[in-house]
Amino acid sequence: MKTTNIMIVGVGGQGTLLASKLLGHILVDMGYDVKVSELHGMSQRGGSVVTYVKFGDKVFSPVIEAGEADYIISFEKLEAARWAHCLAVGGKLITNTQQIDPMPVTSGAAEYPVNVLDELSSLGIDVDAFDALTPALEAGSSKAVNIVLMGRLARYLGISADKWYAAIEQTVAPRFVEMNRRAFALGYGD
Amino acid sequence: MKKLMLGNEAIARGLYEAGVSVVSSYPGTPSTEITEFSAKYDELRCEWAPNEKVATEVAFGASLAGHRAACAMKHVGLNVAADPLFTLSYTGVRGGLVIFVADDPAMHSSQNEQDSRNYAIASKVPMVEPSDSAEARDYVKIAFDLSEKYDTPVLYRICTRTAHSQSIVDTADRVEKAPVPYEKQPAKYIMMPGYAKLKHPVVEARTDALADYAETTPLNRVEGDSAELGIITSGICYQYVKEIFGEKDAKILKIGLHNPLPSKLILDFAASVKRLVVIEELDGIIERHCKTLGLKVEGHDLFPKVGEYSQQLIAQKMERPLPGYIAPSADLPARPPVMCSGCPHRGLFYTLAKNKVTVLGDIGCYTLGAQKPLNAIDSVLCMGASVSGLHGFNKADPSNASHTVAVIGDSTFMHSGMTGLCNIAYNGTNSTVIILDNSITGMTGHQQNPTTGYNIKGDPATKIDLEALCHALGIERVRVVDPYDLDACDKAIKEELAVDEPSVIISRRPCVLLKYVKTNPPLHVDADKCRACKRCMKLGCPSLSFRDGKAHVDSTLCTGCGVCAQLCAFDAICADK
Repeated sequence: MKTTNIMIVGVGGQGTLLASKLLGHILVDMGYDVKVSELHGMSQRGGSVVTYVKFGDKVFSPVIEAGEADYIISFEKLEAARWAHCLAVGGKLITNTQQIDPMPVTSGAAEYPVNVLDELSSLGIDVDAFDALTPALEAGSSKAVNIVLMGRLARYLGISADKWYAAIEQTVAPRFVEMNRRAFALGYGD
Repeated sequence: MKKLMLGNEAIARGLYEAGVSVVSSYPGTPSTEITEFSAKYDELRCEWAPNEKVATEVAFGASLAGHRAACAMKHVGLNVAADPLFTLSYTGVRGGLVIFVADDPAMHSSQNEQDSRNYAIASKVPMVEPSDSAEARDYVKIAFDLSEKYDTPVLYRICTRTAHSQSIVDTADRVEKAPVPYEKQPAKYIMMPGYAKLKHPVVEARTDALADYAETTPLNRVEGDSAELGIITSGICYQYVKEIFGEKDAKILKIGLHNPLPSKLILDFAASVKRLVVIEELDGIIERHCKTLGLKVEGHDLFPKVGEYSQQLIAQKMERPLPGYIAPSADLPARPPVMCSGCPHRGLFYTLAKNKVTVLGDIGCYTLGAQKPLNAIDSVLCMGASVSGLHGFNKADPSNASHTVAVIGDSTFMHSGMTGLCNIAYNGTNSTVIILDNSITGMTGHQQNPTTGYNIKGDPATKIDLEALCHALGIERVRVVDPYDLDACDKAIKEELAVDEPSVIISRRPCVLLKYVKTNPPLHVDADKCRACKRCMKLGCPSLSFRDGKAHVDSTLCTGCGVCAQLCAFDAICADK
């Protein structure tokens, strides 16, 4: 089977690492060869962060480059635009519509691009944009944005919700399990 | 059991399974998790040492006591540990000793891009390198066996992508290693000239024996089947090559033992293919070896000497097809890392910038003080260089002392700032050193250090008293300020720059991200009072922005530190009612 490539992108502190941990855990359980690549250190301090998850019969390179991602899951819309070139032809970009201003914007040195997601769609990129923050808050915390987005991805990957609930129970601290289950269900939909 | 593990976690697993007793390290991206994961195994006696030289010497002592021992560091840490390394090569080991060193091609979190393989060659010790987490675990055991069989420390290289990628590891049980009983062996362990002269030929003979081993070891292996193209590669580049070339597209020689490199194996490999290409990140070490063997080889004439490689870089240089993609056209604003909201360093850097002080900086989160809008740092060289460099700056021109300081974190001060401070006192410059004491090693992800009062397990430990230490190093004027108090910072900096003797200012407040730190409720802007002077924007706080012509506080990020409120001349930034 061909390797499936997934990129999880966002802003340092948004919980991209937990999302990739959860996904990796499930894919190993399903018997795939899996590689997950992340960066620690300086980029975590509110910078642009990217995690790669690749699975299939045999995975070699842990990184994903231009035109290689079957799915990009973005936690923030400017980051969706920043990494959109990595999407494979026919790939899907799932993005939260949340806006987090980077320092050059807050300091007034640059402007946050307007209609950044419309522009991606107009170029022919398959964009699934939705507000993941509201369901996360409904589930109990803005920090659950990552699990809402994983719920959305799960629909596309065709991995049953039960597998995800089991993985949530195994990776998340007990007192946060219920909140994360709710967040996942809201992202996954009916 | 099959488990997804980071390369660094797999190394820790390997240390556990190999029966290692002692692990001593200094944190440094991308090596830190080796020791953090090791500390989760009770059988491993783990510790954070004050620096890499101490860590390596602790490992030496544990080996001398007959136990298997390890230490881990980033590439620049090996510069600090180079002194014990070169003579450890002469003494050899009693219990196996492996030094883990993590290179950072592309400098994701580093100040240079040095290639640690050069250290293996220069110190004449073997070096291994894995290409994924499964090998990372396996090679630990091989490295310890090599160390004991050939009586040598072993260098174990990883790079950022192997250290911080997770892949599947099959784990096994720990095999306890009985310690080798201690005996006094002066000729082996006392490296004074008479004995060292006898040891150098032993080192050379060992290298010859290891060169024979390099010809047959499974660490070096040939894969694939092609008479046209032969690729010699190693580490993470092997994975990129495999991503591009199928079994029939290229014959691959994967090097797992960097030093010494095999000769006959490479000559035979070269003879079996029409075109020979070496694909290695950073320095051309395998390429140079091939050329000394008289081979016609392509390497850095094709590939860059800087930065990371990737599957697409290799595909492009080797004229293989690349996937198509859609590139959004717009120029997007960058998202650089920033000092966190509520970071205690911000108030101090603001005060330094306001007073136009020249600042010799150091290595840590506070290096971010160099960025806009603070622009508060003039130099960053290596751990400890702020303090020693300041002395030189003031020695060369004593008038510099009135407007120049060094800034250094608590952990970095313990690492290598102390000796520089001692030099300031002893050789007498009127220098002002600021210790940014945030009670943790911040940038690498919150490791304890000798000033925090806790050890690697989080248990209480002896807490080094920084004030008493500075006094003991010969500095009489030592004062403490709260960096959230801008007036106090301003007063301290002005006074200490003015006095005619060396001084230390300890800027003390714990990192706002520490779990025990209680933050205040977020502040808000009274839009009627805000005159849009943008003075608060000089802080570079991610919570502060301008919206509709007025300052705005992001209540989800603000920790209520109050630094911006002190700066506002119109009392427009206030606590929520």
